[in-house]
Amino acid sequence: MEKKATRESYGAALAELGEKYDFVVLDADLAEATKTCMFKKKFPERFFDCGIAEGNMMCVAAGIASTGKPVFASTFAIFASGRAHEQVRNEIGYPHLNVKIGATHGGITVGEDGATHQSNEDFALMRTIPGMTVMCPADAVEARAMVEASLLMDGPVYMRFGRFACPIFNGEDYKFEIGKGAVLADGTDVTLVANGYMVHLAMEAREMLAKDGISAAVINMHTIKPLDTEVVVAYAKKTGAFVTAEEHSIIGGLGAAVAEAVSESCPAVVRRVGIEDKFGKSGTVPALLEEYGLTAQHIYEEAKKAVALKK
Amino acid sequence: MDNAKRTSLLAAAKRIRLGILEGVHAAASGHPGGSLSIADLMAYLYKEELNVRPEDHKWADRDRFVLSKGHTAPALYATLAECGFIPREDIKTLRKVDSYLQGHPDMKHTPGVDMSSGSLGLGISAACGMALAGKIDKKDYRVYTIVGDGESEEGQVWEAAMFASHYKLDNLCVVLDLNGLQIDGPIAEVMNPAPHDEKFRAFGFHVIVIDGHNFDEIEAAFAEAKTVKGKPTAIIAKTIKGKGVSFMENQVGWHGKAPSDEQYEAAVAELNA
Repeated sequence: MEKKATRESYGAALAELGEKYDFVVLDADLAEATKTCMFKKKFPERFFDCGIAEGNMMCVAAGIASTGKPVFASTFAIFASGRAHEQVRNEIGYPHLNVKIGATHGGITVGEDGATHQSNEDFALMRTIPGMTVMCPADAVEARAMVEASLLMDGPVYMRFGRFACPIFNGEDYKFEIGKGAVLADGTDVTLVANGYMVHLAMEAREMLAKDGISAAVINMHTIKPLDTEVVVAYAKKTGAFVTAEEHSIIGGLGAAVAEAVSESCPAVVRRVGIEDKFGKSGTVPALLEEYGLTAQHIYEEAKKAVALKK
Repeated sequence: MDNAKRTSLLAAAKRIRLGILEGVHAAASGHPGGSLSIADLMAYLYKEELNVRPEDHKWADRDRFVLSKGHTAPALYATLAECGFIPREDIKTLRKVDSYLQGHPDMKHTPGVDMSSGSLGLGISAACGMALAGKIDKKDYRVYTIVGDGESEEGQVWEAAMFASHYKLDNLCVVLDLNGLQIDGPIAEVMNPAPHDEKFRAFGFHVIVIDGHNFDEIEAAFAEAKTVKGKPTAIIAKTIKGKGVSFMENQVGWHGKAPSDEQYEAAVAELNA
């Protein structure tokens, strides 16, 4: 299966969409890494580097958006959601401005740079801002579709893209809809809800479970907020058990969102695969995924526990 | 400046000061000191300088104003009322639970407020974004922002200054309200941000230092700012916190405190005298 990092797709999408739509792209001295350099090369008059000053960049984005022009503001997820959190909350979220935050290098798959640069809290931080749409694509095809969808909707959006190449499993005919979980496979015993890099691993786990006679549904929950509670509740009724999988802390992210939804509407077992309550560290991506429990094997094991618990 | 214009501006500034006091008194909370210090600047900006249309407050080609020191919203609201953006009688709803006049400016619900602000250091960056957008779209509107002297202790003010200079935002005019006081005391004692003129100059600004209560100097400074090309302008306006109400002037305690009924009456009487 062909592999590509979702950040590559983000940069390519900006460069492609720049021909069709009028918008501005900002970056904070990371254009080569976030891949906004692809837009910069094609539309230098609409690209502005803000230097290493993320807080200022987010507010500049707000100011531009206030004049009616959409803006993409890019930096690493740790800085977009962490360093500039209050700027995003007060100047973009509170006035509900049309700023699309393209946050790359999310999660533990940042790899060797280590804990300071691995954003495992961004879904939680962004999800608590009223009116903020929070998304994370599972492959390059979805990333491209997500960028265009974000531009066509009104209001602030946080999109998290990955550094690490991941398999492209969606076909070019894939229909993406914000806030609508994509059911990749049906099942009756347990539902695997994943996003980002974990989606293809959930599909692998599904096959492992099938060998044990367990029927698992897989939902690609690319939109963490607003969460598709309809599909979550439907599968709570159908399977009675969930395993969530995300490259994020088990606190506050997709797992928490799914648990919140089912506990209020249709109580079911929810087990969360994600980063336990700890910081990351340096290492190769495969070594880190193994050490932090983010593999198909971990999803498989949690699914077995979830199925056992519901009985 | 001719006498008629000066008389008119003095009257507007007085009504703005009365509006500030009315709002803060009715709310029983708020920030009178730093609102009063910018009343003359606000009067000049909205009466003479800004190209805005109260009846069409979202007009795309309007000049923009961002009150970066957003806690002095009472001055902004009183000015918007003075110019017909909002009804004068709404001032007394300031900070009330069912009012659109929030404790800090809210662009979503208040006609004439171009940017939500109040978390210090953020508004000046947003003003930079507006100025940049004007450049991108080749519009000739200008962007004005008032920044507090205490606010200038926020590092982001200088990130914004760097940005404005780097992108040659000569359509941006930053006014620094140098009233010398912040919540915990004199700025020179709490965390001295001086010298502002040299700092802004070092960041690439054209700098003008004025008396922020002198309409001739205010007029000359804004006129000069418009002639500057290739760089933003910073007007360092020396002001008196609490200006116009003698018992509030230069008193740190009036940063964020509402007057009692008696104090309110005394202040109004003094302004009307």
